[in-house]
Amino acid sequence: MKKIFAAILALSLLLTACSGASSSAPAPSSQPEAASSSQEAPSASSGETLKIGLVQMMEHPSLDEIREAFLAELKAQGYDDSKVVIDYQNGQGDMGTLNTIAQKFVGDGVDMIVAIATPAAQAAAAATDSTPIIFSAVTDPVDAGLVSDLEAPDRNLTGTSDAIPVDRIFALADELTPGIKTYGLLYNNGESNSVSVIRDVKVALNAAGIAFEEATVINSSEVTTAAQSLVGKVDAIFSPIDNTVAYAMPNLAQIAIEAKLPVYVAADSMVNDGGLATVGVNYTQLGKQTAQMAAEVLSGKPVSEVPVQVLSEYATVVNPDTAAAIGVDVSKYVK
Amino acid sequence: MSAVLLRGAAEQGLIYSLVALALYLSYRTLNIADLTVDGSFTLGAAAGAMLTSLGHPVLGLFAAAAAGVLAGMVTALLQTELKVQPILAGIITMTALYSINLRVMGNRSNLPLLRVETVYTLFAAALPETLRPWGKFLLSLLITAAVSASLFFFLRTRLGLSVRATGDNRTMVSASSINPAFTTTVGLALANAMVALSGGMLAQYQMFSEITLGTGMVVIGLASLIIGEVIADLFVRSPGVGSAILGAILGAVVYRIIIAMALSASVSTSDLKLVSALIVTAAISFPAVRDRYRLFRLRKEARRDADA
Repeated sequence: MKKIFAAILALSLLLTACSGASSSAPAPSSQPEAASSSQEAPSASSGETLKIGLVQMMEHPSLDEIREAFLAELKAQGYDDSKVVIDYQNGQGDMGTLNTIAQKFVGDGVDMIVAIATPAAQAAAAATDSTPIIFSAVTDPVDAGLVSDLEAPDRNLTGTSDAIPVDRIFALADELTPGIKTYGLLYNNGESNSVSVIRDVKVALNAAGIAFEEATVINSSEVTTAAQSLVGKVDAIFSPIDNTVAYAMPNLAQIAIEAKLPVYVAADSMVNDGGLATVGVNYTQLGKQTAQMAAEVLSGKPVSEVPVQVLSEYATVVNPDTAAAIGVDVSKYVK
Repeated sequence: MSAVLLRGAAEQGLIYSLVALALYLSYRTLNIADLTVDGSFTLGAAAGAMLTSLGHPVLGLFAAAAAGVLAGMVTALLQTELKVQPILAGIITMTALYSINLRVMGNRSNLPLLRVETVYTLFAAALPETLRPWGKFLLSLLITAAVSASLFFFLRTRLGLSVRATGDNRTMVSASSINPAFTTTVGLALANAMVALSGGMLAQYQMFSEITLGTGMVVIGLASLIIGEVIADLFVRSPGVGSAILGAILGAVVYRIIIAMALSASVSTSDLKLVSALIVTAAISFPAVRDRYRLFRLRKEARRDADA
């Protein structure tokens, strides 16, 4: 029985190892691995399809939006199914899976890796220093160690950043609800994107001489308590592009509306869920710009000559229902 | 499956095998379900990454292990002095460690190590050109071998035997004038030191540390441990500490290889957790299934003999 089991195990391992080749072209196990070999500029020579590995950190509406816009724009740029084969993998928020996905891409010999969200980009960067990596939805690429200078990428990484224009959000706040003396900052300090944005927010508020109170949460169920703790202490609440708060946005909105507190956020989906207003990042636009950069690199431009792009078009989004409930006039921005 | 993917799975398996070894010490030997692992893994990653980013990668590994010792001691203190239930003590420490880990990383949730020297880059630089792609694998192998050898010899020392005895029969241990609270503390401290070292290695391996790194680590560790036990059971006649240790390492590597195979066979990553659960179920239930089958065979033969 033992021997039979051992034999079955060995056989199934062998079979799976062989069948694994079906998902990608014959496994390039003969060459010494690409990770430490010289720079490879992907060649769009006719007749050879290019392989792109697309890794997304987790299932998330904003990230999905970026991915879909990226794929659509890539096709529009001329890289359709006849010229590129795209292998899409989702890390499901698990770091070990992200590492394995990155290694899979390197082993499959992809010509480019597209990484959506910071940990995905970092895992890809650790797996290869020669294959071009285009990242998207990384709020602070310098802080994440991906590039040392936004204008001149020094490694094999470049991409788009969804840095939030905090100054413009506060200018909007000044316009809609002037006279705010203290802001309540509600966020999850375990999310690196939130922490980056809040850092910028504190700089902006300190420069403007406005005080702030922080209320941090670890998971969505704590948002209600955190919001209630801010009522009476602050004149307005600010929340960045924070997944944890986003999930509990309806709760936050309800408490804020009852207390007549304006809630300024950094993502338009959060405005739709009940926040007051934002000058936000349009994720479809982000995906499009990422695809344009990818097309440039695929056609042969070296990564070092493609500077990191911070989104240039922002959209002011307001919620008229919330505004009416707390008595703010937003007619200027209602479409 | 490509060679890079297989090698990567082996590298990660070797790093995570330290968690499996730690769980062998705490779960199998000491009989304590220690849930501190989720927290101490991240603590090791945070402490190691912090020191590495400041330019001391080797010291980072030692710091990670030291941090793990502290975490283990806290859990042990809760259990032995404050008489908290072992599982609860682990959960309490794990929860507290979340806040501590954020502070250790300098109030950040993500610490990149892409631009500093890590033990892996240092080691690879010291290797000849042809061996360099194998640098990560070799270093992970070296560290794992060193740790498992130390564990093996420790468990044969007087203190190690006392720790093993504590898991077996606490009353007997205290009747032999050995302080079981002390041995429990030593065991948990060592186990969490190994977990934290694993975290520190992983952070340097993947060149960044994240606050969520340790989530689900105890499940992965247990899965690796159990797979390893099943494999060791198949090939070794008389199981002992040595075969258990080798089994744990092998189990961790096999687990990662299975995940890599599933991925390259285009299993959707969202199904990976289901795959993990199935693997663990198959591994854990194997002894029961085998015994059932034996009983079935026995009955069949008995019936045949009765008819004859």
